Amino acid sequence: MELIISEGQHLLSWLIFIPLIGAGLLFVTPGEENQRRLALVVTTFNAILSLKLWTGFNVATADFQFGERLCWIPSLNIEYALGIDGISILLVMLTTFIMPLCVLGSWTYISKRVKEFMICLLIMETAMVGVFCSLDFILFYVFWEMMLIPMYLLIAIWGGPRKQYASIKFFLYTLAGSVMLLVAIIALYLANDYSWYIPDMMDQAYSKNFQLWVFGAFFLAFAIKVPMFPFHTWLPAAHVEAPGAGSVILASVLLKMGTYGFLRFCLPITPQATVALVPYVLWLSVAGILYGGFTALAQSDMKKLIAYSSVGHMGFVTLGIFVLNKNGVEGALIQMVNHGITTGALFLMISMIYERTHSREIKDHCGLAYNLPIFVTFLTIFSLSSLGFPATNSFIGEFLILVGTFGHNKIIAGAAIPGAVLAAAYMLRLLQYVLFKGKGRTDITDLNFRECVTLLPLVVFVFWIGLAPEPFMNVMHTSVEFLLNQVHSSQAVAALALH
Amino acid sequence: MLFLPELFLLGGCLILFFITLGEDKGTVAKNMTIAIGLGLSILCVAGINNSGTLFYGAYEVNFYSQFFKLIIALGMTFVVFLSPDLKGVNNKVKAEYYLFMVLSVLGLVMLMSSAELLTLFISLELSSFALYLMVPMRDDSTGERRQMEAAIKYVMFGVISTGAMLFGMSYLFGLTGTTYFVELVPKVHGMFATNNVALLAVLLVLVGFFYKLAIFPFHFWVPDVYEGASNATTAFIATVPKIGAVAIMIRIVTLANPEYSSWLVGILMIAAVASMFYGNLSALVQTDIKRMLGFSGIAHAGFVLLGLLTMDELGYSRATFYIIGYLLMNLACFLVICNVSVKGENVSRDDLMGLYKRSPFLALVLLVGMFALAGIPPFVGFIGKFMLLTGALQAGHLTLVVLAALNTAIAIFYYLSVVRVAFTADPGDLADVEVGFSTRAVGVILMVVIVYMGVAPNFILDVASQAMKVIM
Repeated sequence: MELIISEGQHLLSWLIFIPLIGAGLLFVTPGEENQRRLALVVTTFNAILSLKLWTGFNVATADFQFGERLCWIPSLNIEYALGIDGISILLVMLTTFIMPLCVLGSWTYISKRVKEFMICLLIMETAMVGVFCSLDFILFYVFWEMMLIPMYLLIAIWGGPRKQYASIKFFLYTLAGSVMLLVAIIALYLANDYSWYIPDMMDQAYSKNFQLWVFGAFFLAFAIKVPMFPFHTWLPAAHVEAPGAGSVILASVLLKMGTYGFLRFCLPITPQATVALVPYVLWLSVAGILYGGFTALAQSDMKKLIAYSSVGHMGFVTLGIFVLNKNGVEGALIQMVNHGITTGALFLMISMIYERTHSREIKDHCGLAYNLPIFVTFLTIFSLSSLGFPATNSFIGEFLILVGTFGHNKIIAGAAIPGAVLAAAYMLRLLQYVLFKGKGRTDITDLNFRECVTLLPLVVFVFWIGLAPEPFMNVMHTSVEFLLNQVHSSQAVAALALH
Repeated sequence: MLFLPELFLLGGCLILFFITLGEDKGTVAKNMTIAIGLGLSILCVAGINNSGTLFYGAYEVNFYSQFFKLIIALGMTFVVFLSPDLKGVNNKVKAEYYLFMVLSVLGLVMLMSSAELLTLFISLELSSFALYLMVPMRDDSTGERRQMEAAIKYVMFGVISTGAMLFGMSYLFGLTGTTYFVELVPKVHGMFATNNVALLAVLLVLVGFFYKLAIFPFHFWVPDVYEGASNATTAFIATVPKIGAVAIMIRIVTLANPEYSSWLVGILMIAAVASMFYGNLSALVQTDIKRMLGFSGIAHAGFVLLGLLTMDELGYSRATFYIIGYLLMNLACFLVICNVSVKGENVSRDDLMGLYKRSPFLALVLLVGMFALAGIPPFVGFIGKFMLLTGALQAGHLTLVVLAALNTAIAIFYYLSVVRVAFTADPGDLADVEVGFSTRAVGVILMVVIVYMGVAPNFILDVASQAMKVIM
């Protein structure tokens, strides 16, 4: 795969480092209101700048675009290589677009140590965009791990009552998962003529045994990040204790890094191992879907409910990835974006209501439809989107994934279907209570202008992707086709070698 | 000219000696020590390209030695800045304290240039004896005379390992009839294939430095000395002598013939793995931060061995890079310890509660130091660890690398638990911590260098590998 270098543009570098520069500026900015505004300006500017990716992206090629390639540490042959293709572009844009909303969503939610909070958010953005753009494995790893520190601080300083437990668990879990990733990376480097360049790694044919080991190390790191059942236990704790914006970042972007890792690394670098292990991963995904659904059904805490629903939704994503056909993978990709939009929005809404009532229990928020019409309208839209209602974004994703799964294996597809029903059950239960149960509270005010502005863009995307997904699907067709080709052709080569 | 840094130090020692004759001259001595440290650094920079031999070839000045001398000089200067008022040391002996510190540095500086076994031994002892004396110079606040226990342990273990080292040196001399490195290297190389005594001799000499670097099983002094010595002393013992130890260990490992060294590599490997597991697992249960850093130091020493056992220039320069990074990360942690401690007492994890509210600056330094030690990017700890792992895997030691990676995961827990206490716990009735300007400046410098070496390791790495080329 080639890297199309964009001369003199460095667009990706700007996208990565503008937030970091913003963080530096924040450090010397006095006044909390100014700090909030500056963070908003920086993240919005980055979001607008990322539109240039969209307009300049060539959908006809599977090559990496907007490429940059420089020497970083010559003695180890580590490069500063960036580039995006149809798989990463949507995720980069999801990240840049969700960040201003995070800043807006925590405008009044965060009242102490605003400067530090915004600095953490901006450093997070740098690391997250960096992860999706890196084409050098060490660069990727540096961003991947660097993210832990600001995220840890977000939970540990601004989190809820059990923040100590949640932040430690989050950190230990993710770090423990990725130490073996480093070993696998080094092994790949040695097998790849001492180069960390990711596209080169994809072109090599490794022995199957080697692939299995590497896949194992990759899988552990990415499955924890997704999180796949049974590695999900850090997620509810982290989600519940994190501040609103922290939950949004976790749900919208961080979880996607696991599935992005599967697509970017596992499939093309270790194709034979992937194919060999597909059944196990698929059943784990189904287990995640069902487990997430049933557990969500039993929650009384809204944030926990959404957190467990994430486990189920991400189960659908991994299901789509590992059926290894076009519908499945494209559905998974669009579902990654959908989950980012919908779950992000739901977490934002929960933090809005939490600001008013200081509770996340469903029973404290019954019958809001009588007094908070705007709030419940938004909530209904996002809930329906979350359960995959037709005409909303998630419907497209889940539909494609299920079509792909039926094409792969009918039994697994049949086993995943109840997951969709469960999603309807727990979301409708939430809606029923929050909307109409009881008399309703009169002591809380409806959403204000800022909060509506925060949520509106997400509503637009819910319906845009739901009604006209073509523009979003177009960018990924070529890359997905190429990726699947990589996987399947290596199978043919291996089969040939066997005969 | 070649001997100028040493003469300068010697002159400094004399002046310090005269200062100690007065009463309560702690501040004067401190300023003098800072001046010596800075002067020495400048002399080392100015003479970095000097090369030549002195004293009939026993003393060799080259890029390798000058490079390490510079690091040692800078390390000492930082340590003095860490604890400007030297809490925990009696006013009466503060001046003497600085005298011994400079004497110890003189020993280390001479050690770097020693090109002959006896010179090496004498320099090492000069530095060690000064250190032995620094340990008991602490106010007896608890009445348990902990510092005396620490000093005795330090001396006893020191003497035993020195004995082993001398024994090894005698073998080397017996085998080859010379004590000069230049002649030793080819002769020992030739013997390595057939003569197991050569291996034994090299190992025995290494023991002396295993002790300095605190490698399992020569680590027993570490926890008690770290705990018993005053905070500033521990900061010094934990950092500067280790630089010297690594520098000389590299020279001794070069004695071994890489082609016939599977035994030596095996032993180094076992020592590395044992140090890592022992250090990390013991550190998990510590509540005294200095003790914890002591055990973590054992684990880090194990990591340094990863660089040595590849037995090539790349591995040595990576080990050097790592130990320099370790110096900086440790100094950052000790900066916090020295400043949080009110009267020079030891700092336990509970003393750090809510540090984030009591002194955001120190909390930030602690965060950087601890996460760097844990090996999280973008700090120097990550890139150093990563290079050592790459080198070891390149040399074919897969099991070792996997075990080392596992240790990284174990270690994160105790580093994180310190950060957790500082950032999430309630400060309760603990007082705010005031931080002076010089401490703040040192903290900022340390953090900047830790990040700089983490994202742009090229410069130091190139210099280190250039230095290794001189001796190989």
